[in-house]
Amino acid sequence: MMLHMEGVHAHYGHIHALRGVDVTVQVGEIVTLIGANGAGKSTLMMSLFGKPGASSGRIVFDGEDITRVPSHLISRRGIAIVPEGRRIFPRMTVLENLLMGTAFADPANFNADIKRVYAMFPILEERASQRAGTLSGGEQQMLAIGRALMSRPKLLLLDEPSLGLAPIYIKRIFQIIRELNTEHGMTVLLVEQNAHHALRVAHRGYVLQHGEIVLAGTGQELLESPEVRAAYLEGGH
Amino acid sequence: MSAVIIARHARTPAERFKDAAWVAFVALLLGIPMVGLTTVDEGGALTVQTRFGMLGAFVGASFAGRFIFRWIMDQIRNRRAAKPPVAKIDRTPQAIKVIGWAVLGASITLPIVFSENRYVIDTATTVLIYVMLGWGLNVVVGLAGLLDLGYVAFYAVGAYTYALLFSHFGWTFWEALLVAGAMAAAFGILLGYPILRLRGDYLAIVTLGFGEIIRVILVNWTELSNGPNGIGSIPRPTLFGLPFERNPAEGTQSFATFFGLEFSGMHRIIFLYYLILVLALLTNVFVARLRKLPVGRAWEALREDEIACKAMGMNVTNVKLSAFAIGAMLGGFAGVFFAARQGFISPESFTFTESATILAIVVLGGMGSQLGVVLAALVLVLLPELGRNFSEYRMLLFGTAMVLIMVWKPGGLLASREPTIRLRQAATEGGEA
Repeated sequence: MMLHMEGVHAHYGHIHALRGVDVTVQVGEIVTLIGANGAGKSTLMMSLFGKPGASSGRIVFDGEDITRVPSHLISRRGIAIVPEGRRIFPRMTVLENLLMGTAFADPANFNADIKRVYAMFPILEERASQRAGTLSGGEQQMLAIGRALMSRPKLLLLDEPSLGLAPIYIKRIFQIIRELNTEHGMTVLLVEQNAHHALRVAHRGYVLQHGEIVLAGTGQELLESPEVRAAYLEGGH
Repeated sequence: MSAVIIARHARTPAERFKDAAWVAFVALLLGIPMVGLTTVDEGGALTVQTRFGMLGAFVGASFAGRFIFRWIMDQIRNRRAAKPPVAKIDRTPQAIKVIGWAVLGASITLPIVFSENRYVIDTATTVLIYVMLGWGLNVVVGLAGLLDLGYVAFYAVGAYTYALLFSHFGWTFWEALLVAGAMAAAFGILLGYPILRLRGDYLAIVTLGFGEIIRVILVNWTELSNGPNGIGSIPRPTLFGLPFERNPAEGTQSFATFFGLEFSGMHRIIFLYYLILVLALLTNVFVARLRKLPVGRAWEALREDEIACKAMGMNVTNVKLSAFAIGAMLGGFAGVFFAARQGFISPESFTFTESATILAIVVLGGMGSQLGVVLAALVLVLLPELGRNFSEYRMLLFGTAMVLIMVWKPGGLLASREPTIRLRQAATEGGEA
């Protein structure tokens, strides 16, 4: 088991954002969390990193309890995150951005890792010495994913990777997620509002509502479930 | 307002004419009270007289001036627009390097050329102090992106550390230098802790307060700092133990006697100049090296996006504290030099105006640019000096120049950022990352 969250509660001040969430991610899986705005999807991902920390419950990653581990040490254990809104370093070059992802990785792997990332995203090699802020939204998203991969994570968290992208890039990003999983064996936890794409690419999914998991199942099951269809797939989504 | 909008698109003669007519009309409105009417003393009583001839000339001059100005501006714009856009490339790093070496060469030869001109060398020394302070603050503001309005506090800590170590324990410049740097760094961390969670405006307010606290303590803690009277007779630095004095103490040699030169007051001035030049260059090399190390990249990443830094597993606390400590340490070094050069320090030398000037140097230079700091320090120190001829208009000119620079170059004099790692390097020695 790669990640196991057990009865996790989290608060923002007085707001009870997560109400006893159980989420499991197995090695080699793509798991997606879907839900409306404010359902607690991003909070759940942030809680993994201890900000806000779980007020009760347990988070076990790769066999170790990380519930109380300080935020900055969690990513060093092999969790990499592609944050919501990409959050690349705009004034630094593409290469420097990728370098930032390796801050705590073994420097001996650098050449191999950067080749791997360039092979996956040739555009990043072309633009290596360009300021990252000059890339298009989709390219920035690829950079953010590439940056996360530079640390050789065991688990990749993607927070709303399709947010604000052109439809053609949305397709490409989900294709990349699938490739990462099938070709590189990457375990992925994907938080998405774009339920349709997310459930199609995921092995399993959870539906989050008001800080609680209201539905769980395989991607296919959820896609076909009438509740999910009504709430997330039809009527504008 | 409409005049401005018309002016923007002024192309046809009719439009230009209309634009100039607008300006002439405004000139007329302004000119009636200012030029058209005047008071004359007639037998003790003031009477108002009209000067329509002069008013007409004033309005006519405004019209013609605006017309010609617009015409020239349009010519320039047309010429610029006619050029292919490809021609406009960022200033290459090579060009910046050339400027850098030229400035370095000029600063080394300056005392030789002006060896008899004390004013020039003194002013150049002041410029270099600001360059060094600018480089120090550049770490905090330019690289790490933490707006610090109280940087002068560390300058003061450095200066007072030396002054106190001397007056209580008789320490010399060289002995006190490192201790004062460490002391300033400690104060940097002291300031850093409470403001770790602050950003932007809030951070600026707290640092502003910190700068004032240090100054107020120096003013009021008379037992320690001698209050507003300051600390005097701080010894000048020596060259490997050789003092720059006319009559050295019994049994010792002065710089002049050791080298068999005739004593000259200029030796000390030139020595001080070279000393701050060396200190500043060391600062530059130090910061430039740090910038290419992971810690330097972490500072820049922090400036770009703090949340992303956290997501990368960066310990943001340490990154911020290291920036504050190193920036403060460099300010402390500059403070020691300042104390040694002046021979006398008092809290008056460390007011908010100093912080503002240093910050202006960093911002005007282009945040994060090392050479930009040099150019900005030159502008900010030399402009008021050159402006002395204009007496009361001095600060007005200074302010205007700063506004113009920021309008002309909103990102600072040198806004382009040099990457810390290049493609070729990545392939061959990328492993250092």
